[in-house]
Amino acid sequence: MLYGTADFPDWGDPSSPASTHLSDYYIEKTIEDTQVPNIVTSVLADYRGFDTMFETAVIFTAGLACFLLLRDFRGKKERFYRHKPTGVILHIKDGKKILAVGKEFEHMDKDWVPSDLIIKTVCRILIPFIQIYAMYVVAHGDFSPGGGFQGGVIFGSSLILLAISYDLKTLVKRIKEKVLGIFAALGVLIYVGIAAICMPMGGNFLDYSKLAPLVPGDPHHVRALGMLGVEIGVGFAVMAVMAIIYINIVSEGRHDEGL
Amino acid sequence: MYWPIDLIVLTFVILCAIAAISVKDLLGTAILFGAYSFMMCLLWAVMGAVDVAFTEASVGAGVSTVFFVAAVFRTSRRTKDSNF
Repeated sequence: MLYGTADFPDWGDPSSPASTHLSDYYIEKTIEDTQVPNIVTSVLADYRGFDTMFETAVIFTAGLACFLLLRDFRGKKERFYRHKPTGVILHIKDGKKILAVGKEFEHMDKDWVPSDLIIKTVCRILIPFIQIYAMYVVAHGDFSPGGGFQGGVIFGSSLILLAISYDLKTLVKRIKEKVLGIFAALGVLIYVGIAAICMPMGGNFLDYSKLAPLVPGDPHHVRALGMLGVEIGVGFAVMAVMAIIYINIVSEGRHDEGL
Repeated sequence: MYWPIDLIVLTFVILCAIAAISVKDLLGTAILFGAYSFMMCLLWAVMGAVDVAFTEASVGAGVSTVFFVAAVFRTSRRTKDSNF
């Protein structure tokens, strides 16, 4: 295999097949066609929009597969509760008895470790900044490195950080499983929807330039706006799928306890 | 003096890859894989593919390491391979 790589064109070779036909066009025409300074984004989301669309579908399918393989609705019968003021641990074997968790009691499990005040506080302060940065990465995908995929992953990792620094129940309580599923499907739907709207407007699938009558503002910017729309869709899907995969892996599908 | 930084980083990439498949502690493998991804991210950045480097840093070094650690947490920490 290493011997075979010797036949590849050199890195950055101007006479390689890819550089002689395609790259020239992208480098010369991107600004003129799409008004997007970041050529990589315009290639990924516009010129090769189909590729990214099915990539998003692959991500969605990965989340769906994790959900279908791992999700376990039976729940655990044994529960452990800790009485906060005294530190007494209650072990309830009857699955139906559920104590109210709040000021007096807190959930715990066999791998329970006391949550550290420093870690909790630092993560609580950090998470909003991570999420705002994720939105910045999505919104600036047209101008700087980044885009829906990276922004979605960063947003999803902020949710995972919440689960790690507090516990999994905090995350599941904040964002319901159904909401995550809806976000994952909605992301793919936004992408396909924007692409499909172009067809009744008289263009091909994914031909954003035909959306000009629907969008206020300069008609030259419509392709950039179309790209922003699909990037937001990708961001939604990736964010939800990352959280779904993490929650299902770490709790063996029971959504109750974990890292 | 000219520093061949891409070759240095490539050496680290290969070292991390060999270490990741030869270490028996799977938690260590997960961390080594994260280090591998980070070195790969540096290599992409050196080659000027900043978008790919960004993706590698967020997906490879960030989220997938967490997924591996979560999977190790729920399975066993020792591998049963006897090849090495």
